[in-house]
Formats: sequence, C-alpha cells, structure tokens
Amino acid sequence: MPREPWGQGPVIDVGGRGFRLPPVPRLPLGALRLGAIALAVLVLLLTTYYQVEPEEVGVIQRFGAYVRTSEPGPHLKLPFGIERVTKVPVQRQLKMEFGFRTVRPGVRSEFAQPPEALAESLMLTGDLNVGVVEWIVQFRIRDSKAFLFNVRNVPETFRYMSEAAVRQVVGDHSVDEVITIGRADIALAAKEELQRLCDLYGIGIEIQQLVLQDVNPPDPVRPAFNEVNQAIQEKERGINEAWADYNQAVPRAKGEAEQLVRAAEGYALERENRAKGDASRFESLYEEYRRAPEVTRRRMYLETMSDLVPRLGKKVIVDERARGVLPLLQLDGTVKEVKP
Amino acid sequence: MTRIMTIILGLLAATLLLSSVYTVSETEQAIITQFGKPVGGVIATPGLHVKLPVIQTVHRFEKRWLEFDGDANEIPTRDKKYIWADTYARWRIADTLRFYQAVRDERGGQSRLDDIVDGETRNAVASFDLIEIVRSSNRAFAITGELEGIGAAEATAKIFAGRDKIAQQILGRASKITPEFGVELVDVRFKRINYTESVQQAVFQRMIAERKRIAERSRSEGQGRAAEIRGQKERDVLAATSVGYKSAQELKGKADARATAIYARAYGRDPGFYEFFKSMETLQTALDKDATVILSTDSELLKYLKDPSGR
Repeated sequence: MPREPWGQGPVIDVGGRGFRLPPVPRLPLGALRLGAIALAVLVLLLTTYYQVEPEEVGVIQRFGAYVRTSEPGPHLKLPFGIERVTKVPVQRQLKMEFGFRTVRPGVRSEFAQPPEALAESLMLTGDLNVGVVEWIVQFRIRDSKAFLFNVRNVPETFRYMSEAAVRQVVGDHSVDEVITIGRADIALAAKEELQRLCDLYGIGIEIQQLVLQDVNPPDPVRPAFNEVNQAIQEKERGINEAWADYNQAVPRAKGEAEQLVRAAEGYALERENRAKGDASRFESLYEEYRRAPEVTRRRMYLETMSDLVPRLGKKVIVDERARGVLPLLQLDGTVKEVKP
Repeated sequence: MTRIMTIILGLLAATLLLSSVYTVSETEQAIITQFGKPVGGVIATPGLHVKLPVIQTVHRFEKRWLEFDGDANEIPTRDKKYIWADTYARWRIADTLRFYQAVRDERGGQSRLDDIVDGETRNAVASFDLIEIVRSSNRAFAITGELEGIGAAEATAKIFAGRDKIAQQILGRASKITPEFGVELVDVRFKRINYTESVQQAVFQRMIAERKRIAERSRSEGQGRAAEIRGQKERDVLAATSVGYKSAQELKGKADARATAIYARAYGRDPGFYEFFKSMETLQTALDKDATVILSTDSELLKYLKDPSGR
C-alpha cells in the first residue's frame, strides 16, 4: 500500500474509480507496535485483576458457567471476558421499605408516601376492614450463587413475596389486632412466612427482621378510631372519679361508726361502774342501817331536811288548826308561776 | 493485493471461528436452529459450546425462575363484593423447544400467562366469598374488652378454603394449561386484594359506624360502672353506719342490763330502805330555791316547833 508522508491517504480502487482516503499521519512502525502491545498489556491487567471488598464475595463465571466464588481481597482471573466477576454484598444488611420511602436518611430522616407506596400499604384485614400497614424488611444475601442464578429480577420478586406474606398474615387478623394488640405477632408470622417463601423459591436470602412501622386505620376512618380512644379514656376517668368518691366516703363512715361503738363502750363502762359504785355505797350504808334502823332512818331524814330546807325558796308552815293562811298564799304571784 | 486478501481471509476465518462457538450463561439455556429449524436438543449446561458457523443460529432463553405480575382485575366475589385482585406467579421455561415453537419468546409467554392466570383468578375469586379470599385460617381474633361483641359479622364466619387454598386452585388449573407452551408454573399467590373505590367508601362508612358504636358503648359502660360504684358507696356507707349503731346499742343494752342486775342485787336486800334512801337523795337534788314547800307543823321535821313533847 503506497503511502505519502503527511500528504494523502492510500488510494483504493473501487469499481475502477479511484478515490483518495484522507491523509494519515505517518508513524514509525516500531512506536505503533509498542503502543498496541502496551494497550494489550493494559487491557490484560485490567481484565485480570479484581478486588473483592470486605462485605462482598466475587462470583466467577467462565464463558457463562459458574466456576468459583472468591472471598474478599485482591484476586486474578482469566482476562478478556473469558472469566467475568459479579460482586455480591453478602455481609451487608439490606433493607426494603413498603408503604413509604425514605427520601433522605439521617438523624432526622425524611419520609414520603408516593402513590405506589400507598397502594402497597392499603390492605384488607380479617374482619373485612381496611388497614394501612407500613413495614420494612431487613435481609442478607445468604447464598450468592442462588441469589444470582435461581431467580431473575430478585428485587421485584422479593417485593411481591413480601407484600403477599404480610397481606396473608394481616388478612388473618382483625383490624384491632393489626393496629394495636397483635402487631408483634403479625410481624413475626409475616417474617416466618416470608422466609418460608424465600426458601421455597431458592432466592438465597435470609430475612433478619420484618418490622411493622406505622400501622393505622385509613385516613377517612381515623377520627372515628381516635374517638374510641377518647371514649375509653372518658370511661376510665368516670370510673376513677367514682372510686375517688367512694374512697372519700366509705372510710369516713367506717370511722364514724367506730366512734359510735367506742362511745357506747364508754357508756357501758360508766354505767356499770356507777352501778357498782352506787351498789357498794348502798350496801355499806345498809350494813350500818341494819344495826339501828329506826334511829338511822330518822337521822337521815332530818339531815336531809336540814340540808334541803335552807336552800328552798318559800317556806310555808301550816298549822292544822289555823286554816286562814291558805287564802293569803294564793295572792302570791310567784307561786302561781311556778306551780300553776 | 495479496496482503489485503490475507487480511480479508484472516477476518473471514476469525468470523467463522467466532460464529462456531457460543457461550451459555449459568442463567440461560439455548436451542440451535438451522435455517430456522431446530436441531439438537436444549443446551442447558453453561459454558463454551460449538455449532456450525453461519447456518446455525443460537436462541437463548432464561433458565431462572421468572416473575409474573398479573393485572389487577376488578372482580365480583361470590357474595357480590367488588374487589381488585392482584396476583403474582413464578414460572420458568421448562420445555424450551415447545416454548420457542409456541410463543417464540418471553413476551409471548407473558402474554399467554396473562390470559390464563388472570382468567383462572377471575374464576376462582368469583366462586368464593370475600372472607375466604382474605383469611387463611379459622383462628379466633384476640379482642380487648372494649371490642367484645362488636365487629364485622364476618369475623365469625367459618372459613372452608382460605386464601392459600384458593391460590392453589388457581395454580392447579393454570399449571395444567401452561405445559402446552412449554411453561412450568409453580406458584400463584395473591399479592394485593383491595376493595374497589365505591365499595371502599361503603366499608369506610361501616368502619366509622362500628367505631362509633364501640365509643358509645365504652362511654355508657363507663357511666354505668361509675353509677355502680356510687351505689356501692351508698351501700357501704350505710352498712358501716348501721353496723356501728347496732354494736353501740347492743353494748349499751348489755351495760344497762348489768347495771340493773347490780342495782337489783344491792337494793333487793331491803326495798323499803332503798325507797327511803333514794327519796332522801332525790329530795336533795329535785328541789331548789324556786320551790315552795308547805310544811305542816304535824310533820316529823316541825313537830317540835309547836310542842317540845312532839305531840
């Protein structure tokens, strides 16, 4: 092929009409060869050497067929596409979100609920009500070979499986169980079901956790659910107030009753002691009286009178034979007042 | 010119060589056609393979399990509730040759699956009550006291089939057809079941009404319980007071009785003297300065007033 230095390109004869290729700069043949070899060596090196990061393993395929799995570290393989490496992060904990999407993770993560996420979270409960369930699945690739070669489009399939598992479990619980009392059980049952599906499908994934996030009644129904909570609070409050009343009144009544009993005991003691005292006094007196009844009786009478008469108000002394006094007595107003 | 010829020949030889080898990946299987006619069997072993150059063509197919996402169908259940039923399935190309002949490629396969799985889903859903499709067992719901006795009537319905069995039924019927085009269908599951918009609104209304009932009952239960406690309070207060009164009266009565016995024993020794003694005592306290006495000179006290001899 004739060449002209820096002038014109080679002449090619096509169908008898010659035309000229654009001029090609002439290079020394040695440099060209050197460049080609250098390029070949570079490609050789680039396609031979590979590095597997600590959380990964490298799956090597030779002409498409699986040959080996390499652990983290620097490795060599056959070059030029004879062997290809696919790196699978087997140590990394992976996470999938359902019913919401983390827009920006951080100390205060931002979340959003695009329409397709809302569709994921809306589900029927076992009592034919509707709940909105958001959840996350944390998982790890356990078997890199199975992960790569058994199922196509693993993420999509895994989403389907997760939705099916959670819906199946939620479908067997009432809306109240889903929202309040059954959450932990549901998460656990869904995790087991999902793991069962993973094993069944040979997808090479190990579920580490399935956690229910926000679980709510649908928005239009939510006020009614809140009303129930309020009503329950009201009920508790009413009952507590009634008990407070009770606790205020009953112990007091018991105390007052006790007071009554104590007072009665006091009365009983007093009554008995007085009786004993009176009896004792009478008996002593009687002992002496018995020795000289007539004299004692008279003495007592006179003593009493001498004590009593001076303390009295009006004293009227009447002689049986002088009856004229009586009418005079009637004129006295005070007498009339006291003894009408 | 010979040099150009050499290059051309070399290129040709390389092309021939390259077109006589092909690779099959771990995830693939292939069939070879010669002038459009399949020759040989299915090549399922991954790795490097040889074929006749130019005249034989390689057709690669997926060997892995493939996903299938059914269309969400608006279907009435047997109890006439309109729902969206969305299924997914798992399938693979089992008989590659037949698959190639029947549907040519994956898109064709998906489209046949659409027809079959969606159709069977429709049939199955329409022949069961909604509750059968939603629930999978007869487990009893756990309920808190507030919810006792309130809840959808369906909550107590007996499940005969359940979600899993219905999915199995769809799978059973669909997987009988799919071998016709070389497809093995191993799994059909309900991904989503939702009410259609109008039914959903009705369900929301029902849920609201149900909650209101629960709230109402909770309130009135609270009032009832409070009234009961207040009644209990009345009762306990009266009980305490009256028991106290009763004990007090008993104590007093017994004390009175004992006192009476003591008095009777003492005074019974001489009732006449007691009468006198008590009279004297009473006179001492019963009369005061406001009393007026009329004393006869015949009385014991004054009999000496008139006459020292006392007559």
